[in-house]
Formats: sequence, structure tokens, C-alpha cells
Amino acid sequence: MRNIGVIFRRELAAYFATPLAYVFIVIFLALAGTLTFFLGNFFERGQADLQPFFSFHPWLYVVLIPALSMRLWSEERRSGTIELLLTLPITMGQAVLGKFLAAWVFTLIALALTFPIWISVNALGQPDNGVILASYAASWLMAGSMLAIGATVSSLCKNQVIAFVLTACLCFVLTLAGSPMVVGLLTGWAPESVIETVASYSFLTHFGSITKGVIDIRDAIYFASLIGGFLIANTLLVDLKKAD
Amino acid sequence: MIELQGLEKRFGSFVAVHDVSLQVERGEVLGFLGPNGAGKSTTMKMVAGFLRPTRGRAAICGADVVADPVAAKRHLGYLPEGAPCYPDMTAAGFLSFIARIRGFDGAEAMRRIGLAVERTQLSSVLHQPIETLSKGFKRRVGLAQALLHDPDVLILDEPTDGLDPNQKHEVRELIRSMAAAKAIVISTHILEEVDAVCSRAVVIAQGRILVDETPQALAARAIDHNAVRIRLAAAPGAALLDALRADAAVARVEQPEPMLVTVMPVNGQAIADRVGALLVGHGAVVRELSVEQGRLDDVFRAITRPRDANAPESSLPASSFSVQ
Repeated sequence: MRNIGVIFRRELAAYFATPLAYVFIVIFLALAGTLTFFLGNFFERGQADLQPFFSFHPWLYVVLIPALSMRLWSEERRSGTIELLLTLPITMGQAVLGKFLAAWVFTLIALALTFPIWISVNALGQPDNGVILASYAASWLMAGSMLAIGATVSSLCKNQVIAFVLTACLCFVLTLAGSPMVVGLLTGWAPESVIETVASYSFLTHFGSITKGVIDIRDAIYFASLIGGFLIANTLLVDLKKAD
Repeated sequence: MIELQGLEKRFGSFVAVHDVSLQVERGEVLGFLGPNGAGKSTTMKMVAGFLRPTRGRAAICGADVVADPVAAKRHLGYLPEGAPCYPDMTAAGFLSFIARIRGFDGAEAMRRIGLAVERTQLSSVLHQPIETLSKGFKRRVGLAQALLHDPDVLILDEPTDGLDPNQKHEVRELIRSMAAAKAIVISTHILEEVDAVCSRAVVIAQGRILVDETPQALAARAIDHNAVRIRLAAAPGAALLDALRADAAVARVEQPEPMLVTVMPVNGQAIADRVGALLVGHGAVVRELSVEQGRLDDVFRAITRPRDANAPESSLPASSFSVQ
């Protein structure tokens, strides 16, 4: 635990040591606000909820999360610091978890800074704050899933740009997995069970049901198992690719 | 304290390190020598637990680096090749990260960081980001990191690379000062370094250990080891040269300049006294007389040069390499 904490602190501090943290937070907040008010018709809907706000999160994350995750391992491999990190008396799992948690907590900070919109909606009406809290939790879990995917891709690529593009593509496909765009590609030739499996991996489906107020533990399990699965893959891949 | 048994590393079909066995005890400073690509860094990476050996085992203070990596790494201070450090961090921030991950907190961490900073003379740049530091300072941050927990085993991959002569001297002094209490392995391709700090020299080429002996013994392999160079006041007469050639311990007599004579011994034996007696016997007036120690560079080249027909001395197996 202690080692995870030490890695976590170093990583989190590293975000704020460069402009990355500030650029990320400012752009995230600006885009989240703009999309909610202009595309989401926050006022025109006349409803006191944060649906328009949360509905853009998957798309924001598809673009922004890979920017956060791309450096996790690529940078270590490129600069050679991975050799330093992995010859310290820590296990591979501790390094992977520490790094992931730092990135995940960083997205929590960004997410928490959207609180003015929560204040606004409470000033304007009586929203269901339980649903809003659950939506925030779901949004954070979704960010974590994409970060875990991004960390895994990052451990495969020495080049950060490639890591960014690949992660964005993967997250895009997973977000849309339940939509006609992806399902349509499979219909007609893939067995029904495959289509259903792919569709069941959709971020949109799982995230959307929570933000609509349908709180199902299975959605949380879905995100948690994605995070767990990709972090295990990440640990194995770092071990495999560290010296390349 | 360091134990390697039949260590081997393959990358695909390429054998980078082949059957390396070594033991390094406390008090030893082992210089790992070899041309670029010889397998020095690969071997060190395996001992440090970064690369998994294809075959064989490595242990640090009894802890196997594959089976019990965390215990092995606790006893180890490792400076990777190129001394990588996190560029965004300040030297102080980086060292306090290392202290925490090595299990030190509060006053103890401060004390250890202070000691490492003092030993590597980093105090002037402590609060600068590492990316803004010169190559020499970066290398010293890497060294400070490796020394911080006062490990039993130090593995330093090219610790003086990129340092100026003064800094090299300081790092060598530092290594010497720690030598008695630790087992130290340094890799280098600077041969003077081996002479300066090492108690043992291991030459590796194409992944194999070719030589494992003291630096003095290594130098003794030089073709001109114990050769006697004499500068005379006047050109020597034929009688003197013939007498020198006739001596059983003399292999060859060279006369590169009219008044300069080099006497090569058979099998590197000491011949200064016999040569001196002959000179006195022939009434020669000696201006200078010196006994050559042998140049490590020449030995190194002879041992590690790829075998080819143009190099007669290197066509011999390294182990039977001797002065002809």
C-alpha cells in the first residue's frame, strides 16, 4: 500500500509540474460547459436535471482521456526512467496501480471542478441530487475505464502520439458499441450472441442508464471489471515490453 | 554478495549474454569492460532485475532476482545506463521520492538525502528541475539516487560517462571510499578507470567473459609488459646488442632510434636487473631507463578485437594469449 501511495503522489505531482494538468482541466471545463449550454439546450429544456451535462461526457472523454493516459508508460519507456522505476523495490502491480490511481484521481479533480453547474441546477429548481451523484460516480467510473484502456495501450507504444490515437479509437468504438453504427457492421454475418456481447460492452448504454436515474449495480460491475481487466493486461504488458 | 550462475540472455536468435558466471564479494570493485554491444549493460540489467534472464540465475545478497525481486532490489543501488531521472522533478523532489519508496520518512529521509547530496556534491542544484541540469549533474543525481539507502551492492552502468576530468576524479574517489563496505560493479570502456578504482577486471565481448583477473594481471598481458627501454648517451655497439640478444630471458631487442633500445622479455618476466648488469658490463652510459608496465588499451584491443586473419596475435584464444 505504501509503495502505491508513493508512486501515486509522484505521478499526481508530475501532472501539476507541467502545464498538462492546467490545460486539461481548463479545456475539460470549457468544453463541458459549452456543450451543455449550447448543444445540450440546458435552459431551453426547462428541466432541473444534469442530463445534457452528463450526456456529453463520453465524447469529451474519448478525446481528452487519451491525452492523459498516453504518457503513463510511453514516456517512461522513451526516457528510460522505466528502468529506474522497475529496479526500485516495488512490484509491477504497485507501479501500475499507483500510476493508474494518480491519473484517475486527476480526472476526479477535473470532474469535481464542474461543481458550479450542480449549484446552478439546484438554484434553478429541485433536481434529484441522488441521480446527479450517481451520474458523477458513473462518469468517474467511465473515465477510469478509458484510463485503464489508455494505460494498457500506452504500455505497448513507445510513441505517445500513437498511444493517443489508438486509445481514442478504442474508446470511440467501445462508446458506440451498442449503437446502430457498430451493430450494423456486424448484423447479417455475425451470430446474434456476438452482436449482443459487443453491444453489451457499450459505454453509452451503461453510462446512459445511470444518468437517466436507473441505478443498477451491474453497470458499476461492468466498469469495475473493465478497469480490473485492463489493469491486469497492463501489468503483463509492461513486464513484456519494458525493455524493448 | 552478487552471484551469477550461467546467466544467459537471448533476444530472438541473438545471444546477447552467454553463460556468464561471477561472484563479487564485499570489498571488491569489479570493473566490467568490453566494447559497445558486448553485453555489459544487458548483464547488469539482468542482475538489477530489469531484464529476465533466458537461462541461469542471479542473486543479490542471497535473494534471487527472479524469484524474490523486491528483496533483491532492497539490497541494490543501481545506476542505469544514461542515468535516467524524471526530467520534470527537481533534484530534491526526485531524491525525496526515492527516499520514500526506499521506506524512509521524516528526519531519517532528510538525513539520508542530505548525506547522498553531500557525497555527490549536488547542493547547488537541488531545487532546479533535472531537465535543466548539465550532463554531469544529471549523472550525479542518478548516483545520489543509487547511494541513498546505503546499499550493500552497487551496480553502476558507466558512472563517469559525460563527466569532466574533475568530476570523474570525484566520482572515482567516491567509489573508492565506499569500496570496503560494499560489493561494487561498474561498467566502463574507459580503461584508466579500471586502473584507478577497480580491484578486479572482467572483460566481456560478444556476451562471453574473456578475462577475469586483477587490473595488474591484465596489464601484464601486454606485449611490452616488463620491457626495458633504455636511452643511451651514445649509439650502442654491436657487442652490447648481441649480448642482450643472447640473454635467455630476452625475446627481442628493438632499436627504434639510434640511441634508444627496447628489450622485450620472454613471457613478460622481469629482466631489468639482467639488462642493467649487461649495460654496466659493456660500459654503456645510460641517460634513461624505464620498465614498461604494459598498456591496458593494447591488451583490451588484442583481447576483444573480432578474430580475423590480419591480426596474428588475436588469432590465439584469449586464455592462451601470452607474450611471444
